[in-house]
Amino acid sequence: MNISVLQFPGSNCDQDAFQLFASGLGLPTRFVWHKEKRLVDTDLVVVPGGFAYGDYLRCGAIARFSPIMGAVREHAERGGLVLGICNGFQILCEAGLLPGALIRNSSLEYRCITCDLAVEDAGVAFNTRTVGRRVRMPIGHGEGNFRIDEAGLERLETNRQILLRYVDNPNGSLRSIAGIRNEEGNVFGMMPHPDRCFERFHPSRDGVKVARAVLSKRFPEILKESAA
Amino acid sequence: MKIKVFVTPKKNVLDPQGVAVGHALESLGLLGLRSTRVGKVIELELDGGDSPQFRAQLDKLCRDLLSNPVIEDYHCEITGG
Amino acid sequence: MNSAELPPNPDPVLNQPITPELIKKHGLLPQEYDQIRQHLGRVPTLTELGIFSVMWSEHCSYKNTRPLLKGFPTEKKGATENFGRVLVKAGEENAGIIDVGDGWAIAFKIESHNHPSAIEPFEGAATGVGGIIRDIFTMGARPVLLTNSLRFGELDSPVTKRLLRGVVAGIAHYGNCVGVPTVAGDVYFDRSYEGNPLVNALCLGTLRHDQIRLGKATGLGNPVYYVGAATGRDGLGGAAFASKELSAESSSDRPAVQKGDPFMEKLLIEACLEMMAVPGLVVGIQDMGAAGLTCSTCETASRGGAGIEIELDRVPQREEGMNSYEIMLSESQERMLVIVQKGREHEIEKVFAKWDLHAAHVGTVTDTGRMVVRQHGVVVADIPASVLTDSAPIYHRESARPAYMGETSGWTPEGSGLPDVDLPAALAALPRLLSHPTIASKRWLYRQYDHMVQHGTAILPGSDAGVVRLRLGASEKFIAIKNDCNGRYCYLNPRRGALIAMVECLRNLVCAGATPLAMTDNLNFGNPYKPENFYQLKECVAGLAEACRFFDVPVVGGNVSLYNESPEGSIDPTPTVAVVGFIEKESHITRQFARSAGHRLVLLGGAPAELGGSQFLGIIHGLKTGDAPAVDLAAEKRLQDLLL
Repeated sequence: MNISVLQFPGSNCDQDAFQLFASGLGLPTRFVWHKEKRLVDTDLVVVPGGFAYGDYLRCGAIARFSPIMGAVREHAERGGLVLGICNGFQILCEAGLLPGALIRNSSLEYRCITCDLAVEDAGVAFNTRTVGRRVRMPIGHGEGNFRIDEAGLERLETNRQILLRYVDNPNGSLRSIAGIRNEEGNVFGMMPHPDRCFERFHPSRDGVKVARAVLSKRFPEILKESAA
Repeated sequence: MKIKVFVTPKKNVLDPQGVAVGHALESLGLLGLRSTRVGKVIELELDGGDSPQFRAQLDKLCRDLLSNPVIEDYHCEITGG
Repeated sequence: MNSAELPPNPDPVLNQPITPELIKKHGLLPQEYDQIRQHLGRVPTLTELGIFSVMWSEHCSYKNTRPLLKGFPTEKKGATENFGRVLVKAGEENAGIIDVGDGWAIAFKIESHNHPSAIEPFEGAATGVGGIIRDIFTMGARPVLLTNSLRFGELDSPVTKRLLRGVVAGIAHYGNCVGVPTVAGDVYFDRSYEGNPLVNALCLGTLRHDQIRLGKATGLGNPVYYVGAATGRDGLGGAAFASKELSAESSSDRPAVQKGDPFMEKLLIEACLEMMAVPGLVVGIQDMGAAGLTCSTCETASRGGAGIEIELDRVPQREEGMNSYEIMLSESQERMLVIVQKGREHEIEKVFAKWDLHAAHVGTVTDTGRMVVRQHGVVVADIPASVLTDSAPIYHRESARPAYMGETSGWTPEGSGLPDVDLPAALAALPRLLSHPTIASKRWLYRQYDHMVQHGTAILPGSDAGVVRLRLGASEKFIAIKNDCNGRYCYLNPRRGALIAMVECLRNLVCAGATPLAMTDNLNFGNPYKPENFYQLKECVAGLAEACRFFDVPVVGGNVSLYNESPEGSIDPTPTVAVVGFIEKESHITRQFARSAGHRLVLLGGAPAELGGSQFLGIIHGLKTGDAPAVDLAAEKRLQDLLL
């Protein structure tokens, strides 16, 4: 299971995402600079959090045109796994790899807090059996307010594409949506940070469960390993 | 040629910034306010002239980069082409 | 040292005669101007006058405080070969560095941005954060945490609310975007800070001993590079010298406050650390902070005992028609000066091209010891570097015990006539105290700060001290950090108030499980020309120095901010201290919060009957009087040792 963590100018959670997979899950992980045009030997692409391109214009608006994104798109079209965390989720929405958009928190303030999240039954990989009924994950964002049109929302609900919902909505997201997957189930996006809940001293270690669930879409055997 | 691209939140999308600014305006004495939306203006200065091909290109750029059609509307003002 | 008269400046506006009025506008005394003339052997150009005005200002030269600061201990007596040696001492470089064992070290410093934050709270606070981060990575360290100390007037005033919102948003905007977590701090709301908010920002970074880089220009012929953002007219509107006389540009085009770009800074951090990782490439490096190009050029030259020649035409500029005065004094943010090993220019250019940043070859290291600046082929400034950095006059200000202390120090609860506090009175007072903004939870603030990025925050804000896990190569270590200063105690008894600032901070660290290691301080005071203010400064420094020596906590760096006052008066003397502690084992980490019912509460150290300077006296009775609480350093040490 090879993990590639993208690095854009302004990504600042790339090291965190790297360590989640490298030390939290003990998997071979590498960085990929945004100017690269190809992804080599990659099973999961992680688009990390931060402020790619300063969040100029809109979060993720410029990053989606980076050279590497062409390769990410092809990887996703071939069924490869993609996980977007926070800014990464925003980039995937701007790139059209996930539906909807993230706008400014309704409070207009950046929020760094730990949230309780209800896990939804979102398919064979991500559900209450593989992840648990609830998880505690930190958020850290100013634009995490998930928006989508009526028809899109219908589809998300009907197709069970919603992964996580906030128990106490911290940003005004529609239907308290915190994370979603695409219809095919190989592209995942979430505002909460699994890369901030995997160390012994973190608010929880649920990030490991979430990461495993994402990987289980292609590698179901990962769920058999005992929790670290 | 000078171009102004106005990008605003779609009418049916909640605009938290617009709401906050609206409240502030009311607290400063503005009466009869029905709605507020906060957007942005992108100003471009270009060589060359206006043409149907250029408009098509500009439209695509507005849809691909300058605005997010999921949540935003745009319109352009072109002068001097 | 005599040099011939310089040719006329390419910008005619700068060829004005130097009048006494002009000298005064530059904040220079007539005798200081005379010294400048003597050093140069001629009349300075206007550009040179501007350069002297900033290098000999209080902010850059510490001319009114340097004698006092010599009292601080700068080395750790208890350091061993393997732990705790001070590797870069206070005052030597942009930040101090102390060893934390196994070939690793930490660099940290606190700095203020008080006056800009009063004018433009968001950008003032943001650029304060940006500035201190640069001071850390210029030493070769990766920034891993931020803290801050904030002081405002009473929160019921609309002005204070606006300042608070702006400052917190500015710190959040910059720190969050640049990806360095804000993990701890302290905030006080007190009338004495009305109109004079304090914004002290600290940054700490980690590095291996062999990664330490100094701000020294050495090596004859080595190229001098300018990297980062382009130069504009930032900060010049706030210069002592009136804007409209400076150039043809109108004053509205000249921002008085610098505007920060944390995205640019993030790119700069990564590019600089990448460049500094290439062996032998970087000979010296310094950030461009106050008085940007001027300060970095003459300081690196002076430290290296060398000279530097600069070509302003090669400086990346984002505005048209900037003259030499503007370019040399601009405070545009996110710029660094790098001395590169001759012959390896393409290596630095390659790194900066990767990050899409400017890397311009703007000058050369010489052996003349002089800073020589040219624009359009004309020499516009030619000054010995050490005259700028080391020859600023030193002043010994007058000091006088403030008159009010005669009254306040004699006040006692018994003699005051205040009613005894019975149980009902105590129960009524408690919620009022707990809900006062100074005491109440600061959650509204710190939830706007990203305090978790870099995945190393082991104790979240709200406890006694911030605790962070440092990832050092394959190993890890834990440190604790806290900021403290009770300005009211310092007002009532400067020496003891400063002692208390230190012991309070040390106690906070010890409660988190850490052994105090080293400290940095930000001295925030009023106008030093007033003898009462200088007395406070002198006594506070003495108190800090005493505590540092007693507990063997060396000062590795710091900052002085004077003139924090308005016509109504000066702020309470506020010598902010920030101490870093080392946690030997992860199991020692202790939080402040009660965990479960049934645990016992033990009060250690006694409960003396004192009220002087207390919040109770202030909030319930509206009094700011009494003596600061008694301090017994030996007892404090015993308490700390017991806890550890």
